[in-house]
Amino acid sequence: MLRRPGATLPPGPAIIVPGNHSSATTLFNKELVTSRASRGLEQFFAFLRDQVGLSVLDLAGASQQNINFITNLGHRLYSEDFVRTLDDVFGEADPGDQANQGRIDQFLRQTLNFENEQFDGVLVWDVLQYMTPALLAATLDRLRTIVRPHAYLLAYFHADEKAQQVPFYSFRIKDSQNLILAQRGTRKPAQIFNNRSLEKLFQKFESVKFFLTKEQLREVIVRR
Amino acid sequence: MPFKTPEPDSSRGQASIGKAVKINGQIYSKEDLYVDGDVEGTIELQEHRLTIGPNGKVHSSVKAREVVVLGNIQGNVDASDKLEIRKDARLVGDIKTARIIIEDGAYFKGSIDIVKPEPAKSGGSASSQPRPPQQATPVAASNTQGAAAVAAEMKR
Repeated sequence: MLRRPGATLPPGPAIIVPGNHSSATTLFNKELVTSRASRGLEQFFAFLRDQVGLSVLDLAGASQQNINFITNLGHRLYSEDFVRTLDDVFGEADPGDQANQGRIDQFLRQTLNFENEQFDGVLVWDVLQYMTPALLAATLDRLRTIVRPHAYLLAYFHADEKAQQVPFYSFRIKDSQNLILAQRGTRKPAQIFNNRSLEKLFQKFESVKFFLTKEQLREVIVRR
Repeated sequence: MPFKTPEPDSSRGQASIGKAVKINGQIYSKEDLYVDGDVEGTIELQEHRLTIGPNGKVHSSVKAREVVVLGNIQGNVDASDKLEIRKDARLVGDIKTARIIIEDGAYFKGSIDIVKPEPAKSGGSASSQPRPPQQATPVAASNTQGAAAVAAEMKR
């Protein structure tokens, strides 16, 4: 059972939701579902498309669409529900505890403990923005060690610097250029990033590239 | 479309381990098996179907033709034909299977290897091309309507 906080949406069949969304939005099975093009996703899979047998880590938990898409490309998928483990280890209410070194170590043991595996790509999605600086730094250091040189990370950050709560999405791959965002509610970000702070965050990586979108969502593709 | 919840059915050659039963050791079966209790060890069914009921807790590696999980598995799963992980099920371990179905709300942690079944051997010489050891099984993708978004790119 999902323990993530969020507004409950009424059940019912798919309904077109009017509003200022730039792409098709429907209400389906209690989820606000939006389909959108993604340049970051396109670049991420451009690297993986012509190869088979690679290892891809998905930090958004298992979804049928992501499993189908990645395994159909001939790759091995590793699934990890990062936010659920974050809540399990630190609790949902107090992000201040994310500075506790013992718990940071416990979290990394539970989520990124891959001694004998290196990944050719990591679908980070939007999980990093729910981490306070100490935990985030430790997580990125660990990610660097488990990702092969020149491999890519795909991450998302909400761009509204004044937001107290941001939409909490489940990211599902529709195809190599399009994503389905299923909103499961809202969540308080631990940090909000702008381009400059993102460059600083990923300064140990080889390169970082941003794609700004209409939905206040900043796509970031990072090369190890 | 909601899935039908499987239930123990001894009338069609299915063995059953009830929710008050705990087993430590190895289980081999030549018929379908429904596990709603606790098992620690290994479960091997070869050409049959294994169902882990909603109360089932399996701490072992599992090998069967088809595996349906409604409860809890901690261990590797080898399902030669199909693996289904139902809503509220929990699977922690590495998966090797030809097809996988996972419902929203299920928890899975581990790796997934999609392994295409060995093709039936024929007398002809048509299959001269070597095949890779693992291939993805084609599965229909989602049909949600797409829409374009405008992206502005900033290079570092």
